[in-house]
Amino acid sequence: MLPTESKKALSFKRYIEDGDLVIVYERHDVMKPVKVSKDAVLQNRFGVYKHSDWIGKPLGTKVFSNKGKFVYLLAPTPELWTLVLSHRTQILYIADISFVVMYLEVVPGCVVLESGTGSGSLSTSLARAVAPTGHVYSFDFHEQRAVSAREDFEKTGISSLVTVEVRDIQGEGFPEKLSGLADSVFLDLPQPWLAVPSAAKMLKQDGVLCSFSPCIEQVQRTCEVLRSDFIEIRTFEVLLRTYEVKEVKMDTSSMVGESHEEDNEGMRPCKRKHRSNEDVTVSQDNSSNATSVVMARPCSEARGYIAWRTVNSTPELFSDESLPAEAKDKQGLDYKRKMDDGLWTFVDMASGRYLWRNLKEMREKSQ
Amino acid sequence: MELNKDQTVMSEDKKPQDPNPRFACEGCSVLLDVNDGDRLVFARLSGGAILKIGNKNYSLKPLIGAPFGSLFQVETGEDGSFLSRILPIKQDNSSNNVMDDSRDNREIVDNNEAQNLTGEEIEAMRREGAKGDEIIEALIANSKTFDKKFQLSQEKYKLKKQKKYAPKLLLRRPFARSICEAYFKKYPARIGFLRVDALSLLLTMANVTAYSDVLVVDMVGGLVTGAVAERLGGTGYVCNTYKGSSPYPVEMVRMFNFSDKVLERIVQSSINELSSANTASPEGNNQQEGETSSTSDIMVEEISATTEAGVVDIVVPESKVIKAAKAGAKASKETIEMWRENGFSSLIIAAQDQDPWSVAKDVLPLLSYSAPFVIYHQYLQPLATCMHKLQQGKMAINLQITEPWLREYQVLPSRSHPHMQMSSFGGYVLSGIRISTT
Repeated sequence: MLPTESKKALSFKRYIEDGDLVIVYERHDVMKPVKVSKDAVLQNRFGVYKHSDWIGKPLGTKVFSNKGKFVYLLAPTPELWTLVLSHRTQILYIADISFVVMYLEVVPGCVVLESGTGSGSLSTSLARAVAPTGHVYSFDFHEQRAVSAREDFEKTGISSLVTVEVRDIQGEGFPEKLSGLADSVFLDLPQPWLAVPSAAKMLKQDGVLCSFSPCIEQVQRTCEVLRSDFIEIRTFEVLLRTYEVKEVKMDTSSMVGESHEEDNEGMRPCKRKHRSNEDVTVSQDNSSNATSVVMARPCSEARGYIAWRTVNSTPELFSDESLPAEAKDKQGLDYKRKMDDGLWTFVDMASGRYLWRNLKEMREKSQ
Repeated sequence: MELNKDQTVMSEDKKPQDPNPRFACEGCSVLLDVNDGDRLVFARLSGGAILKIGNKNYSLKPLIGAPFGSLFQVETGEDGSFLSRILPIKQDNSSNNVMDDSRDNREIVDNNEAQNLTGEEIEAMRREGAKGDEIIEALIANSKTFDKKFQLSQEKYKLKKQKKYAPKLLLRRPFARSICEAYFKKYPARIGFLRVDALSLLLTMANVTAYSDVLVVDMVGGLVTGAVAERLGGTGYVCNTYKGSSPYPVEMVRMFNFSDKVLERIVQSSINELSSANTASPEGNNQQEGETSSTSDIMVEEISATTEAGVVDIVVPESKVIKAAKAGAKASKETIEMWRENGFSSLIIAAQDQDPWSVAKDVLPLLSYSAPFVIYHQYLQPLATCMHKLQQGKMAINLQITEPWLREYQVLPSRSHPHMQMSSFGGYVLSGIRISTT
């Protein structure tokens, strides 16, 4: 997934080879990671796809099933991976991930510590940020989760950038051998305040610590502990609002006494600028006085959260597959979200969470 | 301390080459934060650089060699006032339960008679070399009302006086995050209201990583270009493309402490050059060389113009001017050839004042298939139109428009709540993945 040398960069990697990991894209809410193997086939409701047909094709192209239906084959990215990975825990989504990476100031060559590993959603993005020379040390107290995470990192080809260890960071702290080496530390723990003193030891001067908690009471307690070793403590709530775009026919027949032109202006106040130099956006159907207009509105925030829950628990909401959600999770990495009208509904969930950020206090010994 | 010395010595003969420098060395760019964000100043450190705080000038010399994150306070000595490094005051957590404080502000009358010290007396104390903290103590001792105040009001009073009489200066590392925050706070229009969380989304959604070839249309002063270069760490390329004949200014790249290795990877090329099917003739190449030098001149002018306009208070060093290496050289013929053949691996468009579709339709074909792209705009409707056209033309999949939302909180014992001020707008982002139309 990530280039560790220039030859492996996406722009050089245009054709699919045997053994590649690709994301099979049916729809924005139906994607699946597949390892290309020349003798294997992919079966979905559109028919059977032979992997051997894929080899040698450029990424980003259509491939057809025996019934003539197509899917797209895409290069895996951490974002696509976040959508398809199997959820062993609640995971961080794109709004949180991008904000965390930005605030932790992670750049190539950085050493980043993370606990816990969870499903490895954030770890993948951290690995992307530290590549090619940095490293992510990820810790989880759950043995099985650590094993699964390692398998995933092997699959996505980032295992050289991420080390997963089984360790209870709240109880034992980070390993001494990493003391003073970390550029950034990320905590996603139930009692992060217990890990703060150890995290402080791990950080380089001016290093950044970020802790991620769903409850304000956790934030409160962590901040109290942070105040003794950190400066510039900040807490944020991050959200992402998604918009749906539709072409809608609007009746523009005039009210009594109004001319057609004036009516148009009234209907679409924000379209004025575009009408002057664009002709495709607004297509006038003279016979019926109906105008097609491209419009956007926010998708409801509430649905975003329900949609996430449906991934795990409410299979009957899905449009066309009858497998129970749990089976799907186990069977592998099928990501589902509720669809509405064939257009965009919800695309990403990022519920309100809190995040705080610190600059590490300069050490006495550097004085 | 020994490490400090090493760093300083190193900086004397060459520019900082550490990809992730933790010390402010001579000649490097720094972000100065006066009184907890009341004032944000970008400066280039040199022995002669000065900063005006209040009505006095302070030499920035004490900052040279200090680690980023250091805190400085104004002090008065025999030779006048100077900046002195201090340790942050550790906050006492034990006695913080304010809800048990029964005092309130009922007895406070706003009649301007609460303070016994006069302005002249304070000025006299300063002349005699009293420290800021001592003045504040004197002010509190001579305040008739201080003891009657609610605990929180007392804290606010102290903070207000500290800002005036003992201003603090935090030495910060200029990073995409702090640069974006500083500009968003002071000159948001200059960066097209691109808030830090929106910028982080652009970098994430465009899959910017080492060895990427990132195409950018940066009309936000170089903020996106710099942020991308930071993530590339001297690998791959960030290519700034533009319509017409002159590239868009990217003067903000100077604020980052980029090594030469990173700067070499920031190039520019016009949309026409990148798109045209046939390779440039030798004469054409010579002409390009000529353009390069004139471009550089324009860039320098841009920078000085910005300084005059006062964009984020750039401090002009008094004596020795140390110039940062220039970014934005013309992309070489070979690299352009390589991009024509392989395509770019990501695209970021942050073109305020341009219609997103009219830009996207020209630059999107320069991307590899399966490559992600993001388009930032401060208005929603043009992005909606652009998304619709991309859908109709079947040029891209996984299209979505998102709006980031960010709220900062005050978290204190028994006093946690959202900040009074929040930015209600940080722009819109259209993202997608380019596909083959065949």
